[in-house]
Amino acid sequence: MRESIKDKVAVVGAGCSKFGERWDTGIEGLIREATTEACADAGIEIKDIQAAWMGTFLGSQTVEGALPTGMLLSQSLQTQFIPVTRVENACGSGQEAVRGATYAIAAKAYDLVLAIGVEKLKDTGFGGLGAMFPGRWEPVYGAFSTGPGRYAMAATAYFAKYGFSPEDGKRMLAEIDVKSHYYGVRNPRAHLRREITVEDALKAPMIAWPLGLYDCCGVTDGAAAAILVPAEEAKRYRDDYVTIKGLGVGTSPGWFKEREDFDFTSWLATEAAAHQAYDEAGIKDPRKELDMVENHDCFSIAELIASESLFLCEHGKYKKEFTDKRAYYHDGEMPVNVSGGLKSFGHPIGASGTRETYEIYKQIQGKAEEPSRQIKNVRLGLSHNQGGHPGKFICGVVIYGAP
Amino acid sequence: MEGIISYGAHIPIYRLSREILNQVWGGRGKGEKAIANVDEDSMTMGVEAARNCLKGIEKSSVDALYFASTTPPFKEKQSASIMAAALDLREDIIAVDLTDSLRSGTIALRMALDAVKAGSAKKVLVVASDCRIPPPNSALEPLFGDGAAAFLIGEGGIAVEIEGSYYLTSEFVDMWRMEYDKTTRSWEDRFIRDEGYIPHFQKAVSALLKAHNLSAKDFAKAAFYAPDARLHSDMAKRLGLDAKTQVQNPLFDQLGNTGTAFAPMILVGALEEAKPGDRILLANYGDGADAHVLRVTEGIEKIKDRRGIKKNLESKLMLDNYGKYIKFRSLMQFAETTDYRPRTSLPQLWRDRQWVFRFHGHKCKKCGKTQFPMQQFCMYCQAPEEFLEEIPLSDRKGTLFTFSMDERAPVVDPPNVLGVVNLEGGGRFFSQMTDRDVNNIKVGMPMEVTFRRIHDALGVHNYFWKCKPVRE
Repeated sequence: MRESIKDKVAVVGAGCSKFGERWDTGIEGLIREATTEACADAGIEIKDIQAAWMGTFLGSQTVEGALPTGMLLSQSLQTQFIPVTRVENACGSGQEAVRGATYAIAAKAYDLVLAIGVEKLKDTGFGGLGAMFPGRWEPVYGAFSTGPGRYAMAATAYFAKYGFSPEDGKRMLAEIDVKSHYYGVRNPRAHLRREITVEDALKAPMIAWPLGLYDCCGVTDGAAAAILVPAEEAKRYRDDYVTIKGLGVGTSPGWFKEREDFDFTSWLATEAAAHQAYDEAGIKDPRKELDMVENHDCFSIAELIASESLFLCEHGKYKKEFTDKRAYYHDGEMPVNVSGGLKSFGHPIGASGTRETYEIYKQIQGKAEEPSRQIKNVRLGLSHNQGGHPGKFICGVVIYGAP
Repeated sequence: MEGIISYGAHIPIYRLSREILNQVWGGRGKGEKAIANVDEDSMTMGVEAARNCLKGIEKSSVDALYFASTTPPFKEKQSASIMAAALDLREDIIAVDLTDSLRSGTIALRMALDAVKAGSAKKVLVVASDCRIPPPNSALEPLFGDGAAAFLIGEGGIAVEIEGSYYLTSEFVDMWRMEYDKTTRSWEDRFIRDEGYIPHFQKAVSALLKAHNLSAKDFAKAAFYAPDARLHSDMAKRLGLDAKTQVQNPLFDQLGNTGTAFAPMILVGALEEAKPGDRILLANYGDGADAHVLRVTEGIEKIKDRRGIKKNLESKLMLDNYGKYIKFRSLMQFAETTDYRPRTSLPQLWRDRQWVFRFHGHKCKKCGKTQFPMQQFCMYCQAPEEFLEEIPLSDRKGTLFTFSMDERAPVVDPPNVLGVVNLEGGGRFFSQMTDRDVNNIKVGMPMEVTFRRIHDALGVHNYFWKCKPVRE
């Protein structure tokens, strides 16, 4: 790091579409919904945006093989010939948009930029994620390895390493599911809004053993956007702006789950990204210093291992430090995913990174939609967004805070 | 002296009970038959039989591969060439598919022997395998089974001498498949019996015995083809064989009629029980008939560790319903997926052929670590390619490090079990798990690798390796 990004760039507006199965709107509508809210929140108009970064994995996937360009954004918003950069880091694409926009502001290239993440998954005609077919990366190697199948191997490995029986392990995960749904109900824009019990989670149909239905996020449409400006100009837009304290991205060498010393329970890309971001933000004891964490809980086991790999507790101590203490609730010692998370709020692939920005921004302002899940006195929040699967991650961490 | 140096066999892990066919279609069939797994075909089954046959034998000593089958997976494109790569044979060999006749296997034996005698090859691998699909609700359905056998033919160190053979070729038509047929057609069974099987078979065997001045009582065992169990015991009587002592069990109630592989597999069954000095009658039928006098030598004792027939029969999983069988063989039209179609890339597979087909990995000369797949840089110490030494890994067993069972993956036989296997001596294989009992998978269990068909994206069979629990 040459110089920390801390407090150089501010978020002065944020917007988030309703997440869910959005039969009523296309990807263009999702982009408009999130951007319009973000602009209104910042008190600006679309024409004030000088440049934009858009994170999306595959756009709307309606044309096989056709990947979106920056023009998806310009067309949706009718921006007139401004630079638009489309970025992609699989499920970590949203945060990559924030990162690009942040550095552009820090480089003093622009006065005001848009970072947006978006994904339209429900126009394809099938229930699951479509991108996991043989031939996308390799014709035969790893064929038919889906997200659930790959993450579930981390659960099996975690149970084996730390001596959980499948029953005890699943119960620990079920507690995470219950919490996710608890907050999904308390978030009007969330996709899944129904409370469940531990028994519901344990009895649910199997998706990828040992992960059941409630251990997995759904398939969701959505977009979330943020308006970024230089920190020194933030006051022109609002008093309760939020600044970026640290950024980190860890890109796995790709061939890593193939290494015999990789045990699936300690995620090195996540740890690398966390180290980078903590160094920039000057955080020494994340569990003590962070007031909230939004981590990439596409699966219950992902929330668990990500929490450990972000150093919120020691490896193997999750049950003691989170489950038993109920620390991850909004009134707990270390709130995690009180938005409902990817699990219940929804995980439109490219949108999740900026959706986390939205949640932390609102929490710091004390404006969590549905006050019953407002965390008290949030000064510092961590957003964790990762693409890929255990052993093959691109992981991003952004730390946001009050100025 | 020329003859059989080694043998091997493969019987797929799945069995279909004839009770299930009775429930679906009526009938009173008994016993069970072997059914290729969804990711198996005649070629991959042949690979398994051949690996079994080549156990402990230097692969680079094989000079030719003859693959006999009526069901090679491609109509145009040689299967033997893919098989040779999966077996990690040399490039400068002759490989050929011998197809269209149920006697292709015994014809291949003779061609192999001729090549060895002529001196154009020292060792020839003969593989016979079939995965014939009977028409649903037909007399053939309970009858047909799937399997493969392999023999290494060569000079010196032989386990079985082929003392003499008699070949008879006939234009007789009894069973066939047209260019567009998926399932086998046949004429009336009485016609086949009276004008086909019995006269042709007897003629070949009689001619052989006469030429060698032998009679039925000179044989310790007879391993021979018959269309079904009744005709098999009928033929034993006609040949004057003692049913109790001289007839090798044709396994109709455990294996089924495995077509091209049938007589070769029954021969493997006979050889694994044979003693030095035993004389064995081998006889085959289809487009004529052939018969052979075999003499077992002392060399037989050295190859008793082959999986052969007995061990393969003992290890099995029951296919518990007919719907699954229909899906395995793709015998019904299912809803078209609106999902993305799998894709493939032949240039990519070609570039990666050393690990995709041969299952070679890398050993780093700098840090000593073994890795799979082959790399551009060592995945442990990032040493460049010149430090990476190519090594074969397909014979390594391993242990299961972690796994999951995906119920929603778009595979024909869910759950799609993913397995991470640490190979003994180094290397880790991230793979699909096949031939597995989903109720009995545990971290730490012993595993091995097997060559299978992964998918048929873009209308081409795409093959690769999978892991499977070690088959005891």
